[in-house]
Amino acid sequence: MKENKKIVLRVEDIHKSYGKEKILKGVSFQIKKGETKVIIGPSGSGKSTLLRCINQLTIPDQGKIFLENEEVTRHKKEINQFRQKMGMVFQDFNLFDHLTALKNVEIGLIKVKKMDKKEAKEKAMEELKQVGLEKQANLYPAQLSGGQKQRVSIARALAMDPKVILFDEPTSALDPELIGEVLEVIKNLAMGGMTMVVVTHEMGFARSVANEIIFMEDGMIKDQGTPYKMFNNPEHERTRKFLYKITELYGKSEE
Amino acid sequence: MNENLAVIYQSFPYLIRGVIITVGLVMGALGFGFVIGTPMAVGQVYGNKYISGIISFYVWFFRGLPVLVLLFLFYFGLFSLLGFNLSAFTAAILVLGLRSAAYQSQIFRGSIQSLNEGQMLAARSIGMTKVEAIWNIILPQALRISIPGWSNEYAILLKDSAITYAVGVMEILTRANFVATRTYRPMPIFLTCAVIFIILTYGGVKLLDLLENKVKIPGYGEER
Repeated sequence: MKENKKIVLRVEDIHKSYGKEKILKGVSFQIKKGETKVIIGPSGSGKSTLLRCINQLTIPDQGKIFLENEEVTRHKKEINQFRQKMGMVFQDFNLFDHLTALKNVEIGLIKVKKMDKKEAKEKAMEELKQVGLEKQANLYPAQLSGGQKQRVSIARALAMDPKVILFDEPTSALDPELIGEVLEVIKNLAMGGMTMVVVTHEMGFARSVANEIIFMEDGMIKDQGTPYKMFNNPEHERTRKFLYKITELYGKSEE
Repeated sequence: MNENLAVIYQSFPYLIRGVIITVGLVMGALGFGFVIGTPMAVGQVYGNKYISGIISFYVWFFRGLPVLVLLFLFYFGLFSLLGFNLSAFTAAILVLGLRSAAYQSQIFRGSIQSLNEGQMLAARSIGMTKVEAIWNIILPQALRISIPGWSNEYAILLKDSAITYAVGVMEILTRANFVATRTYRPMPIFLTCAVIFIILTYGGVKLLDLLENKVKIPGYGEER
């Protein structure tokens, strides 16, 4: 049945170098509507760069990105239209510090989508409710906890009604006791049918939410498969070692 | 002593009209400097190498020369060369403003660069253009952070404005000097002049402090 679902995002042979250092050496994958792909791998393997190449915050040297069969990489002028459809959640939240939680979510609707102010406010409020923060709507980022900040940033991405959301290590900057609330929100999105690419080290989360886990190293995809396959029967010894190490390190929480 | 007080009393209305000129001059120059300085700061941070090169040259030029040299250079030189028939007051606003733009641009540039780059990325990621992101996200924060530095620029510019005495702008010092030469009582007059400057400096800085508190982002920089 899944085979019939349409492909939302297609990444084709992405290359990126900074100077002489090759960060990405030809990465390809695709993701269907409603799927969650989790990308794992040691730091420096190009995971974050890959996400940024997808929404062109970093321009890849070579390769193509397709969003619902439209080529993102060829439409330089329309990039802002494409970016609206690809939400991004950052490791450091990157909330707009001078705006309340509500305004953080609203601003894209008002300034980018040119939505009516009242309508935008209602929609922003709805999104905040979805991440459980309607009571904090009028607080500023500096008045929120890390977990709350990240949930606001998820609401900000959601408000634009994206086709896909890219998560760049969304819980890596959080205190351990705050990780759960953010993962819970992401899990709910997955269950609600949102299409997502998640870079994370949270193996328990990956196991329970991912349709597929991609293991990256040295700017390439080294291994990929269902969580079951990856955890029990990976193709490469290296994948097994990495998974073992990371599970040791981060525990098996969120199972 | 009484005669001193009488001189002050009699010349006070005359000096106060100088205050209006000085305040007008400072406001004009600060405003002009702000309008040019802000885009300069943005250009220097986000522009290509040609734009930022031109701006760096501008800053280098206006920061490198004494204000009096600039004033003479523009008022007696450039402005007459270009056939502008400007009053000393207007010329002074332009010169002090152009110079202040150089300093203000560096205040704003520092503020922009102190913001984390992530907010720009986040703004772009929801589909804002670079200009929209600068206008809606970067500048509102950078300008807030700039207020203390800007307050400093106000104090400096206010005091520098006295140098327009040299081209005959009828500001506080010019008037004080007239009165002093006419009455042969420099001490009380220049003391009055000094007090006026101190009040103006303190008052302006105080107002900017109030502004800083008013636009402060709640929770920002506080212990939580």
